[in-house]
Amino acid sequence: MTKVTMKINGKEVSGEVEGRTLLATFLREDLHMTGTHIGCDTSQCGACVVHVNGKAVKSCTMFAAEAEGADVATIEGQANADGSLNVIQQAFQDHHGLQCGFCTPGMVMSAAALLKENPKPTESEVRAYLEGNICRCTGYHNIVKAIMAASGQDVSAIAAE
Amino acid sequence: MYAFDIERPKSVADAVAALGTEDAMPLGGGQTLIPTLKQRLASPAKLVSLTGVEEMVGVSTDHGMLRIGGATTHATVAAEAASSFPGLAGLASHIGDPAVRNRGTIGGSLANNDPAACYPAAALGTGATIITSNREIAADDYFEGMFTTALHEGEVITAVSFPIPEKANYQKFLQPASRFALVGVFVAKYSDGVRVAVTGASNNGVFRWEEAEAALSADFSADAISGLSVSADDMISDLHGDAAYRAHLVKVMTGRAVTAAA
Repeated sequence: MTKVTMKINGKEVSGEVEGRTLLATFLREDLHMTGTHIGCDTSQCGACVVHVNGKAVKSCTMFAAEAEGADVATIEGQANADGSLNVIQQAFQDHHGLQCGFCTPGMVMSAAALLKENPKPTESEVRAYLEGNICRCTGYHNIVKAIMAASGQDVSAIAAE
Repeated sequence: MYAFDIERPKSVADAVAALGTEDAMPLGGGQTLIPTLKQRLASPAKLVSLTGVEEMVGVSTDHGMLRIGGATTHATVAAEAASSFPGLAGLASHIGDPAVRNRGTIGGSLANNDPAACYPAAALGTGATIITSNREIAADDYFEGMFTTALHEGEVITAVSFPIPEKANYQKFLQPASRFALVGVFVAKYSDGVRVAVTGASNNGVFRWEEAEAALSADFSADAISGLSVSADDMISDLHGDAAYRAHLVKVMTGRAVTAAA
């Protein structure tokens, strides 16, 4: 076992991990932060996306020990300080960007990473950025619409297909 | 996963020392190795993580060469090589998906030498030099077949040095589920000739299409290869595309790369 210390959503946390402990496992099973979901566990689906030092990564495909000293952001840290939904989360609700909700934590974290890099993405840029996030309910249209809306763009012309 | 220890050295020297023990394996970004460990297809006693070795991270240019540290992520190459070598940056920007590109590294990709990976086509298609912890290996001597390279046990790719071409382009026919290349072709034009390297197609891994190189060196246009054909012998054949289909794609993707080269 190795001791790891990292900052998660601005708060310093430590824990004892095995070499093989995944960052996703550390978050969920050791810290009980179950907002980060594990869908496929094969780095395909993106439900486990978190930010490590500001970059979107799949937390099921990174070891907790590799996050030693890192700044980690998870879905639990996304809401506004008063507990209300942040602009991306609110847009997902307003535009029906989720149905079962399983993929949503990863979708929101990927969307946040995209909008930080590219504050006004085109529809095709949004779709390209979501290549690694799989949703089996929505057909993606409303997720794309929500992210476009969260970026402050007019989405009235995007049909609700 | 079977249990293993993990070490995070800060220097190449410490990484090489850590790899000196039995059943130790280097860990790059882990985007292939971690899924492999989950399948119990590898069982190292120790993983030596290279992502904390700062001297192995970065992109720089010097005298017509682009040097990329072995632990540099695809996302960093896509961003930082965009002006100096757009053909390579374009390749890097289409590997996997954004989260994979934020972890996966050029050294990890070249050390693994997946027969459908993108970077081997760029390294072979430019005649790059693979710089390791103890020597330099020309790309022509480096790739030894599917998942096989000239690397020795415990040897680490510290950097890759690419001669910057006049024009280059990579065309990937995407296998949409895996995001690897069903067939990918890297074309690079230099003052002394053209190189063409193909990934995803052959059972022997990445290879140079020398007939096309000769034709394109004489006339750098898609028409120059119109009379050539690629043998389907030794091509990968699976449910996504049989050998004849892949052989056909090699020519199609080469033509597209020539037309798009910038």
